[in-house]
Amino acid sequence: MRTERVVNVVIAGLGGQGVVKASDILADAAFRDGYDVKKAEVHGMSQRGGSVSTDVRFGPSVLSPMVPEGEADFLLVMEDTQEAPTRHVLRSGGVVLKASTVRVEELPSPKTLNVAALGMLSTRLPVEETAWQAAICAALPEKLHAMNMKAFAVGRRSGGKE
Amino acid sequence: MLLNGDEAVARGARDAGFVFGTGYPGTPSTEILEAFDDLGGRAEWAPNEKVALEVAIGVAFARGRALATMKHVGLNVAADPLFTAAYTGVSGALIIAVADDPGMASSQNEQDSRRYAVAAGVPMLEPSDSQEAYDFVFAATEISERWHIPVFLRLTTRISHSKSIVRFRSTPLAPPSAGFERDIAGRVMVPGNARPAHRRLRAKLADIASWAETSNLQRVVEGDGALGVITFGVSFAHVRESAPGASVLKLGVTYPLPLERIREFVSRHKRNVVIEEGDPVVAESCLAAGIAVDGKPEMYRFGELSVGRVRRILAGDTSPEAVPPRGKPPQLCPGCPHRTVFEVLRDTKCIVAGDIGCYTLGVLPPFEAMDSCVCMGASIGVGLGLRHALPEQDARRVVSVIGDSTFVHSGITGLVEMAYNPPSTGHVVLILDNGTTAMTGLQDHPATGRRLNDSPANRLVLEDIARATGVHRVTVIDAQKDPESFRRLLDEELASGQLSVIVVRKPCILAASRDAKARQAAPPCAAGGNVAP
Repeated sequence: MRTERVVNVVIAGLGGQGVVKASDILADAAFRDGYDVKKAEVHGMSQRGGSVSTDVRFGPSVLSPMVPEGEADFLLVMEDTQEAPTRHVLRSGGVVLKASTVRVEELPSPKTLNVAALGMLSTRLPVEETAWQAAICAALPEKLHAMNMKAFAVGRRSGGKE
Repeated sequence: MLLNGDEAVARGARDAGFVFGTGYPGTPSTEILEAFDDLGGRAEWAPNEKVALEVAIGVAFARGRALATMKHVGLNVAADPLFTAAYTGVSGALIIAVADDPGMASSQNEQDSRRYAVAAGVPMLEPSDSQEAYDFVFAATEISERWHIPVFLRLTTRISHSKSIVRFRSTPLAPPSAGFERDIAGRVMVPGNARPAHRRLRAKLADIASWAETSNLQRVVEGDGALGVITFGVSFAHVRESAPGASVLKLGVTYPLPLERIREFVSRHKRNVVIEEGDPVVAESCLAAGIAVDGKPEMYRFGELSVGRVRRILAGDTSPEAVPPRGKPPQLCPGCPHRTVFEVLRDTKCIVAGDIGCYTLGVLPPFEAMDSCVCMGASIGVGLGLRHALPEQDARRVVSVIGDSTFVHSGITGLVEMAYNPPSTGHVVLILDNGTTAMTGLQDHPATGRRLNDSPANRLVLEDIARATGVHRVTVIDAQKDPESFRRLLDEELASGQLSVIVVRKPCILAASRDAKARQAAPPCAAGGNVAP
């Protein structure tokens, strides 16, 4: 399953929730799957608990690194409060995915919620599972691999399509 | 590989034989030197951008290739050596990587560094993605060594902090061998030498301008119709997406501008628009040269451009833009030692001359305990000025608040001023020493006792510096541990009518947890002097 058009994903949350890490993994997974990829983010103040959002775009050829207003296919919110301030990025028919719907009690650690949220997102993206796994491993130290693979699987199960 | 623009510059510098990188942390430029260090390059944090550029000039005088990094406002600090280094020129390549922040994601202004290229007479290259950020390091190196001139590599937030795919060169450039050649007329800028040096600089720039006319750093994407767009940097990507049919002249060199190339491009299209973020520098230059282009409406001077805003500019749309909903603002971390200080300053009803760093967040509720923030180090001078001018009862409430890294960067001279020209009511300076450059992501500085590569270094002792300026009342306190003592101390110092420096010392909680993790990961003796002060 390959995409012929650019897929636009926005991930939004608060500083400390692993938003930037999640977007790095998504971008890397798409890259490993052979797509052109661009990713944009604004940090600086992000560590201080404020709103953080990142844009990831992939497809045959990506131009601007920023998802144009009203053109996001997916909005992944790490915390429900961040949906309202970022909803305007979605195209009509775009999908909101909430990390709060992940079955947290099944996660090996609350810190893996960002990877679980990616698992949920992954069921809707044209990116091979092996690319996801490689990207997760490349982004994290080895001792966290097993834990995050499990979280990713939990996300894939609990997120699923509505 | 997927790299952000900062990482791509670092990798470019590594592959282009750069032996030295120096700068001062500043969003969005900070990661360049961190990545350069990760890649095995020699990278150092300087106390400030002026010193960094001076060291880089020295390296380049010795034929080494040197990279100086800073954010746009850091270039103000480095402006003094910059202007004269343009006269002296260099032997090894000198690249000044400056990262602008249009839209001010994390800055106090959105000044446009392109004005510095024009003012100082320093050529400027502007990449539009990570691949070009990498490639343009090589191009800048060639220009710098061919014309013996410093070169700007200008980035913006969306270049520095956007990731895209980069392919590396298979053959790195070998670094030139270092050596000293005496050149008194070329490097000792007394008036008799500087007058011909200025003429030499202008001759070089004229030569570079004619080279830029035909350089492949400028390229044309042919379109299908009447619209021509002149653009560069990240705006190029926005233009290609918002107007896929337009012909585009994409500039890689934005100073000196290839005006004849632009004139020829413009002659082939019915309508020509310059799309540029920030100040209308290119549009003004074209108009001054008699090239008929449309600039952007004034409303687009402010903030970043985007695909949507470029569409609006091309459509001549000046209707009010939708204001995106505000997210949650950043705040001082729960448990941050600065919190106690701002609670006390608020309760004491101080007039607070503030500074640049995490503690600038003391301006937000629930503290609202800051009355000015101008630039790095300004808290001390501004506080002194307030003391000089205000009626006595208000003057006595004035306090300057500055962080440790900012104090080292440009607060020390403020303290010298305080001791030299003391206000009649005295003054109180709080140095909030959390042992790190926290806001930009926990970088070391001369008062942390560690270098960029985490090796141990001489530690600058802030209270000793304060005493050495001639201030007699110098106190060190942990305000978070004992807020009441801090409150009493501040009251006493304000009432004393003397000059006073209070060093409020407690490690940043983020740095403390990072250091604990590092200690876990490596035995203490192997951690490279990784000791909290």
